[in-house]
Formats: sequence, C-alpha cells, structure tokens
Amino acid sequence: MPALGADMDTGTLVEWLVAPGDTVHRGDVVAVVDTEKSAIDVECFDSGVVERLLVDVGQTVPVGAPLAVIGDGAADGAADSTAPVLGADRPPVPPAPVAHPLSPLVRKRAAEAGVDLAAVAGTGSGGVVTRADVEKAATRPPANGRVRVSPYARRLAAERGLDPATLSGSGPDGAVHAADVPADVPAGALRRAAARGATAALMARSKREVPHYYLSTEIEIAGALSWLRQHNREVPVGARVLPAALLLRAVALAAREVPELNGWWVDDGFVPGDGIHLATAVSLRGGGLAAPVLHDADTIGVDALMERLRGAGERARTGTLRSSEVSGATLTVTNLGDQGVDVVVGVIHPPQVALVGFGATRRRPWADGDTVVVAPVVTASLSADHRATDGATGARFLRAIDRILHRPEELP
Amino acid sequence: MTSADVTADSARALVLEVLRTVAPGPALDRLGPHDDLRDVLGLDSLDFLAVVTRVSERTGRRIEEDDYDRLADLDGWVAFLAT
Repeated sequence: MPALGADMDTGTLVEWLVAPGDTVHRGDVVAVVDTEKSAIDVECFDSGVVERLLVDVGQTVPVGAPLAVIGDGAADGAADSTAPVLGADRPPVPPAPVAHPLSPLVRKRAAEAGVDLAAVAGTGSGGVVTRADVEKAATRPPANGRVRVSPYARRLAAERGLDPATLSGSGPDGAVHAADVPADVPAGALRRAAARGATAALMARSKREVPHYYLSTEIEIAGALSWLRQHNREVPVGARVLPAALLLRAVALAAREVPELNGWWVDDGFVPGDGIHLATAVSLRGGGLAAPVLHDADTIGVDALMERLRGAGERARTGTLRSSEVSGATLTVTNLGDQGVDVVVGVIHPPQVALVGFGATRRRPWADGDTVVVAPVVTASLSADHRATDGATGARFLRAIDRILHRPEELP
Repeated sequence: MTSADVTADSARALVLEVLRTVAPGPALDRLGPHDDLRDVLGLDSLDFLAVVTRVSERTGRRIEEDDYDRLADLDGWVAFLAT
C-alpha cells in the first residue's frame, strides 16, 4: 500500500485490475485504492508475473502493507519473493466461546428490526432468543416516542452521508429499516466531506508547526507572453500552452538554482528533494482541492509540461489520478490567476518547505527606463518555512523566477 | 462541416454539447446567451482551453487566442461560428 499523501495512514482496496498469472510492468495501473480524499489508480513498482493477491476488495490496510506478490514467473507454487506475506505465519485464532449461541437468522432479523438482543428475554431452551421473541420485541412501541432506526439502517445512512433522523420508516411505528435508506445519494457528498477534513487537518498542522515567512514580487511578463503567443500560433490547438505551464516551468528551473526551497523538513532537518516534483493546486468542481504532482518538472520542456498539466487536471477532476501523481511533491505551486485575485499568499503543505503563489496577470503601468508603459504584470509570492531558509534565500528564488521569465527562449 | 453549413442553432447546440463535457450541471442548464462563461460556469484556463480545443476539432476550424475576446458568452460563440 503506497503512501498516497503525506497524512495517509491506511488505504482501502477498491478494485484489482490484474489477477494471478498476469504479466505486469513497472508503471502499469494494477489496482484502484481509496484514500480519504479520492480513489487513486495505483501503478506497479515492479515488473514480473502476479503470483498472489494478498488483499481483498474492500479491505483496509496500513500504508506499507504488501498488496500482492510479484514473482519472476518461475514455475507453479514456488513463492520466490522475499517480501513478507501478510498473515502467513500467524497461527489460527480459536473462536471465542459464545455464551448464548444464537442462530445467524435470528441475529439478522434482530438487526433488521432494530431489536437489542441483550434486552430480549429468550423463550427457547436454555433461555436462547428465538425468532418469535425477536418479532414480538420488534412490534413493541418505542418507550420514549422516538422513531427507531435499525442498526443496519444506521450504518447505511452513515455510509451514504445521510442523517437517519431525516428518513421516514416503513417498519412498525415508523421504524426506519435498511430499505428506507435511499441508495441513490451521490457518494460525492460523503467523499467531499472526507476530503475537506483531510485538507483541513493538513492546513491546520501547517499553521501550527511551520513558522511561515512571506515574500512577493511583481514580474513583468510582456516578453514571455508574446513568445508564448507566437509559439501557440505555430502548434495545433490541442497542443496550445497556457501561461500557467510557462510559470510552472520557470518555477522548476528556479528551484534548480535555489535547491534549498525544494525538499522536505523531516526530523528537525532539511532533506533535499530527489528531483523537482511540482505539486500544482487544482480546484475541483463542487469544491475541494487536489494537488497533482508533476515529477521532474525541470527536465521536460514547456510543451511536455503542458501535456502533463492538462492530463493531471483532467484526472484530478474525474477522480482518476495515478499514484505517481499524488505523492512525492517537493514544492507546491498555487496559481489563482483564473480566480481574478492579485496575490496569493498560501499555506505550505508539510513536509514541504515552500509554496509559490501566482495571482492574475493584469495590464498595469510599468516603468521602462524613464518612460511609463502598460505591460502585463503577474505577482509571484513565496511562503517559506523559516526553519529551512531565511528571507535572503527566498528573495533569490523569486528573483530567479523573474530572470527566467525574461529569457523565454530558454524555457522550452 | 464547413462554415457555410453552420446555422446559429446548430452552433449553439454544438457549443452547449461541448460545455456539457467540461462543466455539466445546473449552471449550464440555466445558462443565458450573455452570461460570461468563465464566471457563470466556473471555467478556469484549462477548462476554457478544453472547450476551444473540442469546438475546434468538431468544426474543423482553428480558433486563435486572438479570437478569445469574442468568445466570452454563448452569443459570442454563435456569432463567431456562424460567420
């Protein structure tokens, strides 16, 4: 189970896309895993032949738990892998002794009827609660006038994000049963609440633990935009590059020049990133935020970066992000230019040590030598962890972005 | 589909269909002819580019960035495509 986010503890297996006997290659999508925030397509780390699937659909396991055994395709039964197999060497646990053995049917009926078995007097031999006992208990009117909701209905309602008090019951005395819980409630509502919770926890932790400092600078981008315009005239519409991709490229190259802002704060020390992996904040329809990661953003040209950005944006919105796109970020970029605000002063996503913000590009008066011209200007901001860097380093970084955007021919 | 074949109605239908692939929902159902698409449908620059790309592909007509100013609302799109 990969770590698909800094705060992830467990993941739930939603779907297997491979079976024992299938050949897989590194990078193939082999399973779909649910985190608190969304479903992620998990890419395989190894190449080989799937020998055994260790986790069932619906099972929740901690990060780090093995999900499957992939071998080199050696002949039947030989489990070549040295990876620990979950549960293989634990002795079987003897079943706990049961005080009153109840038939599963009676137990099920009691659950459906919302009857508390402990409170029912059993008329069967040995005081065992029978089906008839349960049915009699089910028709009793509620003592305090409150409508009963069966435990199963309560669980379904919780899963579907519904308040049981709002449901009308079809059982005796208006009791709410499982059949009364509507199934077609969009799962999105529950999912969004969970994602909101995860974002809230991360942001709160950031503000609690990270001593932020903030810098901003206005960058005149007439040259960069006119270069981009010309570039876009020469490529198909589908390959058009957005200013956002240009800004990302500039950030990636600036991070090469000032690597102290590219990495993580771990155990009271700075760990430089293993490459420049930019997380780019994308707002989701219906609210919420995703930050898909563009790996090695400094090694690919602006066209390739645009392609990745477009794909990641699409996948973030349809909930089909890949595991490589939700982990490993060394630096985050928030571009709220589309929202029409001038400056973004953002909150760092721990354990990263910096966050770059871009506001809207506006045409403004700009001093060019001794004359005033009107030029497109964007405000770039930096929120940085003061444990890792000082203002001078942050300033160097923003100046680097400015300088790089004035040399657009070096961007592709 | 050449420009000559594009009527106002078919242009409107096409643009709405494309918008549905990018920003489906109640805001689209209530969209008026002069509503700013980016504001009312919450389209960001990636979304807008997706709309431009898809309409371009379906009409076979290249839409330049210089044309964007004319494409802020539905009426603008219809006028642009039907010329």
